[in-house]
This record gives sequence, structure tokens and C-alpha cells, in this order.
Amino acid sequence: MTDRTSQNEEQGEQRQPRPEPRDAAFWAKRVDKLEVSAVPDGASNVNVHGRREVGALQGFGQLWQKTYRVRLTGVETTPEEAVRVWKERFPELQPPNSRFYPSMAGVAPGEVLFISASVGGMPVHTGVRVIYADDESFTVMTPEGHPESGWNTFSAYADEDGTTVAQIQSLARANDPIYEIGFRVVGATEQERLWTHVLKSLSAHFGVNEPVSLEKTCVDPKVQWSQIRNLWHNAGARSMIYTMTAPLRWRRDRARRG
Amino acid sequence: MPQAQVTMDVRRVNDNASVIDVKGELTAFAEGVLMDAYNQASDGRVRAIVLNFEGLEYMNSSGIGLLVTLLIRVNREKQRLLTYGLSEHYRSIFQITRLDDAIGIHDTEDEAIEAAKA
Repeated sequence: MTDRTSQNEEQGEQRQPRPEPRDAAFWAKRVDKLEVSAVPDGASNVNVHGRREVGALQGFGQLWQKTYRVRLTGVETTPEEAVRVWKERFPELQPPNSRFYPSMAGVAPGEVLFISASVGGMPVHTGVRVIYADDESFTVMTPEGHPESGWNTFSAYADEDGTTVAQIQSLARANDPIYEIGFRVVGATEQERLWTHVLKSLSAHFGVNEPVSLEKTCVDPKVQWSQIRNLWHNAGARSMIYTMTAPLRWRRDRARRG
Repeated sequence: MPQAQVTMDVRRVNDNASVIDVKGELTAFAEGVLMDAYNQASDGRVRAIVLNFEGLEYMNSSGIGLLVTLLIRVNREKQRLLTYGLSEHYRSIFQITRLDDAIGIHDTEDEAIEAAKA
């Protein structure tokens, strides 16, 4: 047993503002909802503006941690250089069925990246926000409606022998029951192909052709029925409706123009 | 990989709660230290784990991931996870990542220990 009462009181009386920590510049500012002022050419803002961000605790499905790695063997590059290239070329490292549209500021804390993807053959317009970015890593967090609820961290580090290793680590669960079924049937495999493709593309940029390893752990096997209302924001369903109603919007806009 | 730049001392403050004093950097490299501290802290009939973040000097997104993993373990053991000593900056990060939805945040150790009784 420890009595810390008097110590806490003394600390409370003498409490001074603490100096800003080293990580302060790397984190995004808190926002209640995502606000989008400009949408890059080709991107769709249908499921981004006004959405709240959701993390690994808010989704519906099982919580998985997946870690993908590739060793940049035989290349003189530092983790900082690998991540710099990753940030600059993030959209072009994606496969054709997953398009990313960064803002003019690129991959930087607080910036939104728009996504137009195909998940299980279903079009999904959504996005992610960069919540953390330093010289050796950056992390994106998903909004409501995104297939996943959680984070993806893209990083690089030097292995014991000095080889730079590029890594993607996702900590996420499916956002709602529809996505959960989709992930269990085919989506998880598609997602693994996606991130494997990204690491293969990054290593190819450095002239490396090494296998991508994957470690996956089910951190929480339970589904969260308390989150079933996430269905309302399902970006796949909303994207489908948005696509199907495009002719109506075209006719409406034409009528307005007279 | 670099070594963890963190120490975590465990104190049993009463029959129900243990405090983990986190000093240093909470990054991916702190995983072993954090889980060892949790195993030590949850020994016996402890119902609440209290993280003291007064000595937290640096945290990146991997550190947040560790806290999520710890929270899942704590919930599985039907325990509660509470914190105190977070600066305004780190409180804001708990809000950004929405950890504050599930982890109790308190100003002082006394408040956290009192909340652990509830």
C-alpha cells in the first residue's frame, strides 16, 4: 500500500504548464468532424465531409492487427528516405482498383486523403485522415462509413544488420455487419493483396524484389453489437446509391441551367 | 530494432488497484515492457489498472496501438483501465484516437483510485 495523498496535493499546488513534448508537431489537431474545403480532381467527397473519425474501439467486427514487412535488401537507403518516398508517391503505389487522392499538402498531419476503391466488387468512395506523421512513419485513421474502423501505420526502420525494413501495420475492425461479412468472405484477402501490392511497389521503386511477410493476430475475436448503427454510414451502400442516382442529378442540374 | 526508451514501475495501491508509472517513450518498442508491467500489475484480484502518465515524454501512433491492445486484455480479464497525469497534449491525442471513449481519464492518482472503486 502506498499513500500518495500529500505528494499529490503538493504537486497540484506547484503544477506548472509542461513544456511541449517532442511529438507535438507530428500529431494532427483534434476535430469533431472531418471538414473538407477542397476536393482533389477525380475524388468524391460523398462520404468524407461531416463524418466523425472512428478508431479500433468503435467498429463492429473482430479486431485484427496485421503487420506487413518487406526488407529493402542490398539498397543504401535510410528509413527516413524510404518514408519520404512513400509519402510523396503514396497514390501511385496503390493497385488500380484502389485510388488515393491526397490534398495539395500531401501526407501531413491533419490532411485528408480521398479514396475511390472497389471492395468485393462494390464501389466505395471514402477517405482517411493523417493523424500522425514524422520522418519515419505516418498513420491514417478512418471515418464513419469506411469499411474499416481503425488505423494504418506506414513506417520504416533499420533491422539489426542495418537493412531498412518497410512496414505497414493495421489495427482495425470492420465498421459494420455488412463489411464484417464481406471481410470474412473475400475482403480480408483483397485487403492483404492491397497492402502487399503497396509494399511490392515501394520496394520496386528502390530496385528490390523481396517477398512481403504478413503476421496477423486477432486481438479481439468478439463483435460489438453496440456498434450496429454504424450501418447507417456504410460508404459502400451510399456510394452505390450515389452512382445509381447520377442521371437524376445530371437532369436536375440541366433543368436548373434552363 | 531500437531498444525501448521507457520504464514502467508497478505499485499495488490497494486490494483493487495497481498503478503503472510510465516514464519515457511509448512506441512500438515498449510492447514487452508494457505487457510485463501489466502481468505484474494484474497479479491477484486486481480490478483496475491505473496508468500514471506524468512521466510520459513521447508517444507515437504505435504507442496508441499498444494501449488498445492492453485495453482489450484488461477488458477480457473483466478489469478496468484508468489513467491520470496526462498533459493537455496527450489528452487531445486520446480524444483524436477516441481512446477516451473507453479509458477513464483523471487528473490525479487519488481521483483515479476513487473511480476504480465504483
